[in-house]
Amino acid sequence: MADYNKPLPRITAQTREFWEGCKRHELLIQRCSDCGTYRHYPRPMCPNCGSWNAEWAKVSGKGKVYTYMVAVQPFHPGFASDAPYAVAIVELAEGVRLMSNVVDCGPEDILIGMPVEVVFDDVTEEVTLPRFRKAT
Amino acid sequence: MEKVTLRDKAAIVGIGETEYSKNSGMSHRALLLQAAARAIEDAGLSPKDIDGVVPAMNLISFEDLAVNLGTEDLKYAVFPNMGGASSVATLSSAAMAVACGIATNVLCVAGWNGYSALRLSTLGKAADAAAGSPIPMSSMISKLRDFEMPYGVFVPAQWYAPMAMRHMHEYGTTSRQMGAVAVACRKHAQLNDKAIMRGKPMAIEDHQNSRMIVTPFRLFDCSLETDGAAAAVVTSADRAADMRHRPVYIMGVAEGHPVPADQIAGRRDMFQIGLSFAAPRAFAMAGITPKDIDVAEIYDCFTWSVICQLEAIGFCKRGEGGPFVEGGRIELGGELPINTHGGLLSQAHILGMNHVVEAVRQLRGDAGEAQVKDVEISLVTGWGDLADGSIAILRR
Repeated sequence: MADYNKPLPRITAQTREFWEGCKRHELLIQRCSDCGTYRHYPRPMCPNCGSWNAEWAKVSGKGKVYTYMVAVQPFHPGFASDAPYAVAIVELAEGVRLMSNVVDCGPEDILIGMPVEVVFDDVTEEVTLPRFRKAT
Repeated sequence: MEKVTLRDKAAIVGIGETEYSKNSGMSHRALLLQAAARAIEDAGLSPKDIDGVVPAMNLISFEDLAVNLGTEDLKYAVFPNMGGASSVATLSSAAMAVACGIATNVLCVAGWNGYSALRLSTLGKAADAAAGSPIPMSSMISKLRDFEMPYGVFVPAQWYAPMAMRHMHEYGTTSRQMGAVAVACRKHAQLNDKAIMRGKPMAIEDHQNSRMIVTPFRLFDCSLETDGAAAAVVTSADRAADMRHRPVYIMGVAEGHPVPADQIAGRRDMFQIGLSFAAPRAFAMAGITPKDIDVAEIYDCFTWSVICQLEAIGFCKRGEGGPFVEGGRIELGGELPINTHGGLLSQAHILGMNHVVEAVRQLRGDAGEAQVKDVEISLVTGWGDLADGSIAILRR
C-alpha cells in the first residue's frame, strides 16, 4: 500500500462522510432532507429545491452500467500496468450516477446495461474506493 | 417596448494568427500578443485604440495585454472560463461591450504553447501536484481530481469517451462515421498553409488503423496539440462600416451549459450539451435557421464532438449525426462544408479561435482554395470544460 501511486481523493469537509462511509464499506449518498432528492457529487445545496439540509443515506450499491470506456493508453504512470482498464458510469438503483471502475471482469466483457454491485477497495489506510463488479 | 437584441450591433473587423507549430520558441504571453498585434493591424487600428480585452480563459492577464498594447484607458476586461468554448464566448462578451458603449474596440484572443508547455495529454501527471493542474480551468477540475482521477480518468479524451460510447449504443453511431469527420478535416487541411497536417493526407482506412487511445477514440479521432495564438477585433457596427476590411457582422451569439455543468456522469440526458441550450438562442437572435448556414466551423476536440454538435444545432435530428457526416456532406463541395481550415483535428488546436478566424475569412472571401462559393452566413461553435457550448452566427 505504501507504494500506491495513483491519485487519491482529497478528503474535504464537503466529502468527508462519503469517504468515511467507504472506509466502513458503506456506500453513502447525499440526500436532501426536505425533498428527498439524491445527489452526487456531494454539494452544499439541493439542486432540486434549494435546501441546505441534507443527510447521508446508505444505498443498496446495486446498479447498472450506464456507459463506459476502456482506457487503452495510460495517461498517468500509476495506471501504466493496468491498461487497458475500464471506467464506467454506474447508475445506482436510487437513480444517481457515479464514475468508477468495473473490476473482476475483462474490459471486453463489460456491456451497457449490465447489472453491477459495489465492492470496496481499501487502497490505502486512509482511503477506500468504491468500485463495481458484475452482479450475480 | 421594443425588444433589445445584439443582432448586427457588432462586427469583427480584424483577425490575426501566429505561426502554428509544436515549438513556438516564444513565451505564451508573447504568442498571444503577436496574434493580437496582427489582428489589430488587420483592422487598420493601432494597439492604443484597443480599450477592451477579452482573453479566452486567464492564459494571459488583462494587465499583460493592456501594458503591452499601450492602452491608456482600459474600459472593459473579462475572461470567459469555459475551456474550449471560451474563444467563441469572447465574441458575445465583446459584442455586448461595444453595443452598449462600454468600450469601442475590443480584442478577443486565445492561444497557448499547447504542445511545448501546456499539453492537455499531460493532465494526468499534473494531477499529482497538490494544486491540481497548471492549466487554468473552472473549479470542475478539483471535482474531477477527487471523484474521477482516482479511477483513471485524466484527459479530455477520457472525459468524453463515455458519452460517445453511449451515443453508439443508443443510435448505432460508428467509428467509421467518426472517421468521416477526421477525413473531412484532413482533406481541408491540404488546402491550408497553416495546417500542421498539410502534406499528410488521410483515408478512412488510415483512421480505422490508427491506434486506440480510449474506446471509441482512436488517435485520429483526437485533435492536435499545438503552440500558437489567434485573435479578433470587435467593434460596433457603425464604426465597422468605415474600416479597412468588409465587416463581418455578429448576427447571433449565445453560450450554454449542461446540467449539471461540473460532471458528465450525472446528466439525465447526456446529449443535452451546452450547445443544445445555446444554439436555439443564437438562431432566434439571428432570425434564421440552420438551413441558412453556408459554412460551419465546428469545435472538433474529438470527431464525435462534431457529430454531437451537429445534432444539437439542428442540422440533423438527435441520433442522425453519424449518417449525416458520411458521403462527403461535410466536405468542401458538400451540402454543409465544415472546418474548411482543417479544424483542431488537422490545422491546429488554438482553442477554437482559429475557427473564428476561418469563419471570418470565408465571409470576406479570403479563404483561398478552401473558399466556399457565395458565402453569406457562417457559423462557429466552441465546446469545452465537460461540454459547455458557445456559438456565433456571422454574416457579411
